[in-house]
Amino acid sequence: MRLPTLSTLAAGLLVLLGPAAFADPPAARTAPAAQAQDTAMPEGIQVPKPPFSDGIFPCTSCHDGKSMKPNFKHRELKDMHTDIVLNHGPASRWCLDCHDANNRDSLHLASGEKVAFTSSYLLCGQCHGDKLRDWRVGVHGKRTGSWNGPKQYLLCVNCHNPHTPRFQALKPLPPPAHPEQIQARKGGVR
Amino acid sequence: MTDHKPECPLGGCEPSASVGGSRREFLGAATAAMATALTGCGTLSKEEFLQRNFKELSKDEVLSVIDRLEKEYKAKYGKEVKVANTPPIPGVIFGYALDLSRCIGCRRCVHACVKENNQSRDPEVQWIRVLQMDKEEGVNLQHADQYYNPEEVPQEGHFYMPVQCQQCKKPPCTKVCPVGATWRDKDGIVVVDYNWCIGCRYCMAACPYGARHFNWGEPHLPADEVNPKTHYLGNRPRPKGVVEKCTFCIQRTRNGQYPACVEICPTGSRKFGNLLDKDSEIRYVLENKRVFKFKEDLNTQPNFFYFYGV
Repeated sequence: MRLPTLSTLAAGLLVLLGPAAFADPPAARTAPAAQAQDTAMPEGIQVPKPPFSDGIFPCTSCHDGKSMKPNFKHRELKDMHTDIVLNHGPASRWCLDCHDANNRDSLHLASGEKVAFTSSYLLCGQCHGDKLRDWRVGVHGKRTGSWNGPKQYLLCVNCHNPHTPRFQALKPLPPPAHPEQIQARKGGVR
Repeated sequence: MTDHKPECPLGGCEPSASVGGSRREFLGAATAAMATALTGCGTLSKEEFLQRNFKELSKDEVLSVIDRLEKEYKAKYGKEVKVANTPPIPGVIFGYALDLSRCIGCRRCVHACVKENNQSRDPEVQWIRVLQMDKEEGVNLQHADQYYNPEEVPQEGHFYMPVQCQQCKKPPCTKVCPVGATWRDKDGIVVVDYNWCIGCRYCMAACPYGARHFNWGEPHLPADEVNPKTHYLGNRPRPKGVVEKCTFCIQRTRNGQYPACVEICPTGSRKFGNLLDKDSEIRYVLENKRVFKFKEDLNTQPNFFYFYGV
């Protein structure tokens, strides 16, 4: 939906800047205000780094396929990753439904197609297509940045732990004071 | 008393130019002295007392008013406070949508708003009020609690509905103001000229959303908590005895930023944008989601909408 406006804008820029405009990478016009750690997706959506636990990525530092062969058996993990509680959909769901057995540094779709951790929304969108559609247009999930310019997106996994996706409860900040507790301060003008 | 009418220097009855200078000064000083005597307040400057309604000021007068305010704030808080006068952006009417199916009532928005908008901290003035409602009852104010404070939210069987200024297209609050100190600007933001407000609180009585708040006491704003980026009609520090309200963070949104409550919301329940831009998030919400207006039957026609994102 944004495309016509963007292309008009780009055409305008080309006219104004001439050959210099060709030096700009295409992603630059959608999201120049991104932080250094962020990555621009092919479709121009700016997302932050996935929230890995400390020191866990790259997965291939352990799961290199040589010293540790993939074990395809559905089982409770006893030696490692015991902190992970899998509470996401049917009980038959299992690590390798999403994590790729041959390349642990990537995920895979139902079709077997590999997906980087930075594009994990494509994986989520296989089941949650309605949410992905709303997310792309900026309605599902948090947006920061500017309402008439570049926006900062979050990945699904920045708010929903993929293993236990329900949004975690929070401690509320303090309530307003009851009127009878309020003491107006003396002094001042008017 | 009749020859010292306070409204004389405010316009209309200028004497002839030849005697203008000294007579004018005399009248100004006399009026200010009278104001001091009548209101019992010593620190209201002559310039402030004689300042006209913001909408009637010329460009130069606005600049001198802003200059005076910045000096006052500098003296009061010991730091540079910038008072902007950014006009509405042509072709923009702001709209806001809040997803009731996502809000968990964590009140992050309430406190981000206080920080951003220089509200009094003690007593704390809050522009957003989050209502905890019964799921069984739906949107029913008889079953709303704004003082909830459990260990964790959301609570079973409840949903949460933040209420703030609905920036009505037909605002009852501006209609009742006897002095015209509050009005709806071209981008749909209802603003208050704190220097023109007389503190009668008619607007608070007229507002069906409880969105307006009064400074009963001298606002207590510690210098280190002052947000120095302010707007004349928005978050500049207020005096005692005036009404204030949400302005969609006028100092941010007129510069293209999102309001502070949108930026802080951890659940992404808050959506903001230009109602006249058909590609905006807000238009997507209005066209594709189940949307309602709060107290629609009062025909206030809010530009603030509630929707169900699921």
